[in-house]
Amino acid sequence: MGHLRGKLLPPALAIVFSMLLCGVALVISGANPLSAFGAMLTQVGKGTTLVDIVNSTGIYYIAALAVAIGFQMNLFNIGVEGQYRVAAVVAAVVGGSIVLPTGIHTLVIIIVAALAGAAWAAIPAILKVTRGVNEVISTIMMNGLAIGLSAYLIRRDVFGELRGNNIRTPEIPESGRMFGITFGGAGTMFGFLFVAIALGVGYWIMMNRTRFGFELRASGESSTAASAGGVNAKKMVLVSMLLSGAIAGLISLPELLGRDHTFSLNFTAGIGFSGIAIALLGRNHPGGIAFGALLWAFLDKSGLALDNVGVPREIVTIMQGSIVLSVVVAYEVVRRFELASEQRRVGRELGTVGGAA
Amino acid sequence: MISTLEEKPHVPAVPRKRKVPGWAVAMLGVAGAIVLLSITSYQTGFPQLTSSGTTQTAVRLALPILLAGLGGLWAERAGVVNIGLEGMMIMGTWGAAWAGYQWGPWAALVAAVVFGSLGGLLHAIATVTFGVNHIVSGVAINLLGAGLTKYLSTLIFLPLSNNPRQSPPVQSFDTFSVAGLGDWLGELEAGQRLFISDVAGILRGLVTGVSPLTMIAILLLPLSYYLLWRTRFGLRLRSVGENPHAADSLGVKVYFHKYVAVIVSGGLAGLGGAALVLNPGQLSYLEGQTGGRGYIGLAAMIFGNWRPGGLLGGAALFGYADGLQLRSGGETVLALVYGVVILLGVIVVWQLIRRRWFSAAAAIVVAVLLYLLYISLDEIPGEFVSYAPHMVTLAVLAVASQRLRMPAADGVVYRRG
Repeated sequence: MGHLRGKLLPPALAIVFSMLLCGVALVISGANPLSAFGAMLTQVGKGTTLVDIVNSTGIYYIAALAVAIGFQMNLFNIGVEGQYRVAAVVAAVVGGSIVLPTGIHTLVIIIVAALAGAAWAAIPAILKVTRGVNEVISTIMMNGLAIGLSAYLIRRDVFGELRGNNIRTPEIPESGRMFGITFGGAGTMFGFLFVAIALGVGYWIMMNRTRFGFELRASGESSTAASAGGVNAKKMVLVSMLLSGAIAGLISLPELLGRDHTFSLNFTAGIGFSGIAIALLGRNHPGGIAFGALLWAFLDKSGLALDNVGVPREIVTIMQGSIVLSVVVAYEVVRRFELASEQRRVGRELGTVGGAA
Repeated sequence: MISTLEEKPHVPAVPRKRKVPGWAVAMLGVAGAIVLLSITSYQTGFPQLTSSGTTQTAVRLALPILLAGLGGLWAERAGVVNIGLEGMMIMGTWGAAWAGYQWGPWAALVAAVVFGSLGGLLHAIATVTFGVNHIVSGVAINLLGAGLTKYLSTLIFLPLSNNPRQSPPVQSFDTFSVAGLGDWLGELEAGQRLFISDVAGILRGLVTGVSPLTMIAILLLPLSYYLLWRTRFGLRLRSVGENPHAADSLGVKVYFHKYVAVIVSGGLAGLGGAALVLNPGQLSYLEGQTGGRGYIGLAAMIFGNWRPGGLLGGAALFGYADGLQLRSGGETVLALVYGVVILLGVIVVWQLIRRRWFSAAAAIVVAVLLYLLYISLDEIPGEFVSYAPHMVTLAVLAVASQRLRMPAADGVVYRRG
């Protein structure tokens, strides 16, 4: 019971706190918070919002899984942002320029995206393993380079083509696209969502039922204890970083294969950073991450309704930011509280502090 | 008890390798860099490399990086990693624009510092009081800073500028130039004589169009050095970043010093944001204006090995590459590659003298590769030039990460007791 409370209480507190904070911000700016939150809730039933939320949840879920693999062993892959950008542009270029039968074409694009993401993650991983370079700094630098590389690759004299006001890669032909589930006027759900679910299941099995997952978690709990137990720390860093990068490579595929079919200037950026926030919110647990991704997607898509009631929808971004910050604070506070109560309990049972207290 | 901390601890005779003082090395480095640039511009036929216009643009672009880097220096010297510099800088740009369009540039500076410090305060509360992982808190602050400024811009700037992504124009600082000196240097520069013209061009760029903000930023560097390395307060602050437990046992208020450092760090990053807003070419807040410069500031600090002098070098280098690209395009930046090849040539000779065969061979290989790159390309694509700092930082980390020395307790969550 106390175990579950320690897990569920912090996110609940963080969400309530952030809602209060944003409510106060809304009151100060002269808006009615209740009507704003109400508008967001009713928006879910309107138009394509519900399907959009589900689609977006899938994308965030993949992003958070990519981050969570690194987090499990205290490896901060801040570079998910860059990895999925590079993977998206490479996959779009390859997918748009090769001719293959239906199905195989899609599969090739998926594999290329995963490999490109892993390759981009390999640079910081190798730097860390061979030269001891901190992965936070190197992945931040790789994020910058990824923007430059993607901008270069879609130049018209490289792989890009001009379409209207937009520069984009050649369109992926019919054979390379992925099916969607259409709900008429309510929008189309990405077929790639099933891959996202499969990834979640695979992640759970890997973490809890395989030797690799055990070693990964052991390295995260205590790297010294793990290496004393025969875990090769360098190998773990390399493998988990590559795996994280490969999954990061898949982030943009739901949109690429199911809707856009091309990489253009309209590319959705920032999902990697959202992934970090969601992985923190969900504490790297596949179920927790799913909840976090759903919350993020709901805030994103329902937030569009706020413009109708005269509230800038950017309040949603503030809410997301404050949720992350308050959830990590809440986890820490609860952890300290439980540590203290555990110490008291042990102390009582051993009778060392009983007399003094 | 505290006085023991101020006395130099007795270190058993460590032989000092370096006989030349630090400032002399720095002067030699600057002179070497100018000679190198001068030779490169002569060989490749690009006088823009050392023109006053390039220097002026470089200074303007280096300021935000320098200020953000100083912010990083303060925080990390007290042992708090500050990835949130970017978010604090964004808050600084918003604050500068908000106060700037109403009450002028000086108010903009103050507001930028206040807004940045608020971000710093938040980071300090999360990391120092609550012991949240520094990276996590920094990422959250970046998200929060971006969201908050977007919200406030829509709320406040939209009715004024009809654009939720831009503020009304901000009044700029009056710039001043050293009149007589500038003209004389201008004549020298126009003379196109090897080395003399180059030095004149760079100097002229440094003394024309100087704004008070430039002066403040340049003065903040020695001031930070003085405060952190030459005062009692600075010694305590740095001791907190090296070994907080030892510092605490000597009576240093660890939490207090960390708080001060991180708040100052945020203020400096905010000032960096103001430098972007008050840039003569722009003069307003624009969404996404910082463009990762907070991170580049962090990179400049790492490039400079967590020292103010090196940080200045990093900021100057990154600002210079950026300014060169902006002023004269990718082909002049390609000329810089030629300069790097010459530099590598010097390094090869040096390593051969010191009989380090492996390093010499590695330098030769890199030099040959770069030279091939130089002759095979017409220009460096602009998309990559903006990310030159990132590449340089990765290269420096890859080559010298063993020699870089960050504060020992940097990024470690400290809890009293």
